[in-house]
Amino acid sequence: MLYDWLIAPFADYAFLRRALVACLALSLGGAPVGVFLVLRRMSLIGDTLAHSVLPGAAAGFIIAGLSLPAMSLGGFLAGLAVALMAGLISRITPQKEDASFAAFFTISLALGVLMVSLRGNAVDLMHVLFGSILAVDDSALYLMAGVATVSLAVFAAIYRGLVAECFDPLFLRSVRAPGGLYHIAFLVMAVANMVSGFQTLGTLMAVGLMMLSATAARFWAREIWGLILVAAAISFGASLVGLLLSFHGDLPSGPTIVLVAGIVYLVSLAVGPRQGLLAGLERRRHLQH
Amino acid sequence: MLTLDNLTIAYERHPAVHHVSGSFAEGTLTALIGPNGAGKSSLIKALAGLVKPSGGRIDRHGLSPCDIAYLPQMLAIDDSFPMPVLDVVLMGHWRRVGALGAIGAAERDAALRALSAVGLDGFERRRFASLSIGQQQRALFARVMVADSPIILLDEPFSAIDSRTVEDLLALIHRWHQEGRTIVAVLHDMAQVRDHFPQSLLLARRLVAWGPTAEVLRPAVLEQARMMGEAWDDHAPPCAGAA
Repeated sequence: MLYDWLIAPFADYAFLRRALVACLALSLGGAPVGVFLVLRRMSLIGDTLAHSVLPGAAAGFIIAGLSLPAMSLGGFLAGLAVALMAGLISRITPQKEDASFAAFFTISLALGVLMVSLRGNAVDLMHVLFGSILAVDDSALYLMAGVATVSLAVFAAIYRGLVAECFDPLFLRSVRAPGGLYHIAFLVMAVANMVSGFQTLGTLMAVGLMMLSATAARFWAREIWGLILVAAAISFGASLVGLLLSFHGDLPSGPTIVLVAGIVYLVSLAVGPRQGLLAGLERRRHLQH
Repeated sequence: MLTLDNLTIAYERHPAVHHVSGSFAEGTLTALIGPNGAGKSSLIKALAGLVKPSGGRIDRHGLSPCDIAYLPQMLAIDDSFPMPVLDVVLMGHWRRVGALGAIGAAERDAALRALSAVGLDGFERRRFASLSIGQQQRALFARVMVADSPIILLDEPFSAIDSRTVEDLLALIHRWHQEGRTIVAVLHDMAQVRDHFPQSLLLARRLVAWGPTAEVLRPAVLEQARMMGEAWDDHAPPCAGAA
């Protein structure tokens, strides 16, 4: 029974195995991105970045049809342009970064929708926004594994600088360390992971999985490396359960996975040992006695 | 030693500090004082190399700005960020290990010794955010200590800090002074300055007085600084010398 439910689908169907590997890559690469987005109070900026990928992916689609490399490259360039423009504007003018992000992503999204409606149809738009995890081919898997590998390596290299930049940017500048460069490398990796996720979950669902697992991790772990590990585990666990649920219940896989991650978040919120609601009640009771 | 030559610092072309010249001699302990908005933080940031002078120059006599240990105001720090105290102190090694260099037993030991010296024995695994303001400032002093710099710049090290901590940290500053380091600290408490700082620099956007504390803190000089602070016209056209 348990075998039938848990193992058999993956043993019998290659597309489910691929989907699972894709989710593993996405979970590993996305965990540090999500954790740092949350810690830098940029949670919603992840969402805006995900939207801003659209016109690039649409341009790729118009030029090369439903080709993953073309759409990914286009999406990556569009996301990068928005991230860098927003970062740059916030550095050379008094505008705050989130305001410039909001401005640029709106322009980007409108441009994307316009392009898709001129040349494509609503189904293509749905594909970019919500993905189709059950249609992951070899090239998509290689791309995702490649992005996850590069992303983890880059995070290892910038980790110390990024942490210092978040905690005490003035100190970092006083030792002449390139704080801006760490920030940009981080944004580039964020965009890369969102683009990597768009084939499988779609940009919106990919960023949802990233942010939900990172926010849920805050209820379980103390330090940054712990947050990243927990976030990766939650993300992969939610993917596994979500895939199975979508297989057995004939549900769309992307939203199912994100909803499972959402349930993990709500459970963590309730019972998580760090700042969870129950732990807070417990502490208050302890203090009263 | 730090020498200022006709130094002017401006933000968006409005000068914050005007035409300051003079030297922080090697091994001196100087209090940087003045009314609110006098440009004290701007001056210390310029010394740390964080703000480019818009006129004049700072001669660090062969030292690079990275060789200077700088303690930012506590406000500049994101204290909700989940940093263990030990990691905060280890940041002090940045000048030697950078972003990628290994942090070995020697660096860790130095950090633990510094924590012990500031009275935070056993706090290394605690989160920075969970400390009191006074303890946080102690940890940041430990970071300065680990940097082991010949020049130390402290921006308002004692604001909102309890008196017991202030006493301990003042003792630490004296120790650094005895070790021959050059120290500049932005301060507000005149009694503290009189008791602990041999040299003072009184700033009111321009240099009012710079020398032995007893001479700088004369009532007539202080009154002059107050008048200068109040007489300042924020809407004055940008200074020609600042361009």
